[in-house]
Amino acid sequence: MMELLGVSVALLAMFAGFGLLIGILFGFFGMGGSFLVTPALLVMGYEPNVAVGSGLAFVFGTSVIATLKHRDLGQVDYKLGVSMIIGTTLGIEVGKLGLEYLQHIGLADSVVSVAYVALLGGIGVFVTREALRGGDGGLSHDVEDADGDDHDIPDLAKRIQSYRIPPMISLRGGITVSLWMVLIVAFFTGLLSGFLGVGGGFIRMPALFYAIGVPVPVAVGTDLFEIVFSGGIGSFLYAQSGAVDLSIVAPLLAGSALGARMGAAATSLVDEDGIKIYFGVMLLLGAIAVAIRQIGNFLGIDVLNVVSLVVIVGAALLVAGAVVVSSVRELRTEAEPEPVPSTSD
Amino acid sequence: MFGIETLSGNAQAAALVGLVLIEAAILYLGYGALERLTGSYVVGLLRGK
Repeated sequence: MMELLGVSVALLAMFAGFGLLIGILFGFFGMGGSFLVTPALLVMGYEPNVAVGSGLAFVFGTSVIATLKHRDLGQVDYKLGVSMIIGTTLGIEVGKLGLEYLQHIGLADSVVSVAYVALLGGIGVFVTREALRGGDGGLSHDVEDADGDDHDIPDLAKRIQSYRIPPMISLRGGITVSLWMVLIVAFFTGLLSGFLGVGGGFIRMPALFYAIGVPVPVAVGTDLFEIVFSGGIGSFLYAQSGAVDLSIVAPLLAGSALGARMGAAATSLVDEDGIKIYFGVMLLLGAIAVAIRQIGNFLGIDVLNVVSLVVIVGAALLVAGAVVVSSVRELRTEAEPEPVPSTSD
Repeated sequence: MFGIETLSGNAQAAALVGLVLIEAAILYLGYGALERLTGSYVVGLLRGK
């Protein structure tokens, strides 16, 4: 079989294809990298440290590309991003302390698994419910919607914006919010991230929208900007022990770079009403997949790991497919000529 | 790969992260150029023109 960089071309192509799928989700939602790649690598038989380290390096590379793309579209708020990094870092440190305490008393694995499933599932239920209710408070990709239109800012964000404790900072989308509120929200997302040992995109992106009230495109772009730092530091730490495999990262990145470009472009095309339901469902299926894997590990049934992977990859395929199909449909609708009024003789 | 095995510890880790960053930058610029060259053609195709 043909080989490149000591790896079979078929495997490289498979990684590139998988990267394309993940890239679409990453570019569109600003999340979905690590919780897809790492389980897939584990099921393929890679060592856990290599799966996590290579997953982080991949997320780092993808977030660099996606951030550059979102920056071009004016969807990165650097002031918010830096404030979030400070708050998140503090939160992660406290979260890690909590995790170490749980490890000390021997409860870490079970508590973290249950918390992870509950959080992923909880956010999934919330987003799906908001989407099904339609309109106000849901995830919207339209930046203009949030400018000067109070109805599109979630109630929690309105409440947080009403606490006018100086210094106040102005954010993209015409929002003014207390720096302390941003730091508190960032601290709690970091706390969860450090406690659960995950990148935290699926926590931060909704938090930026629902708690601070920034428009979804800015929430996505700013979240990606933050992931550049967390992913870079994380991959450096794993690379120190040789746990980053370039033959995995390079093809995944090649595919995802294209996907991220497609996903980011789709944010300005797709009517989000249908897509946000898929987003919620993807999170719910992600929670189910993690639960299946934990049950498999607990009972020692290896096949449940594969079932878990099939569920999570299937969910990702479904949502990425929905983004692509909706974009193409939108392009075709735009291209259709205006109907000519019929004239009667 | 790329001779970075000869480096040790932190230098190798920094080189690996640097390689990922360089690949990301090349892909961003490369796909960007590709998009500028073929983007309108592909959008036209998708629109059924």
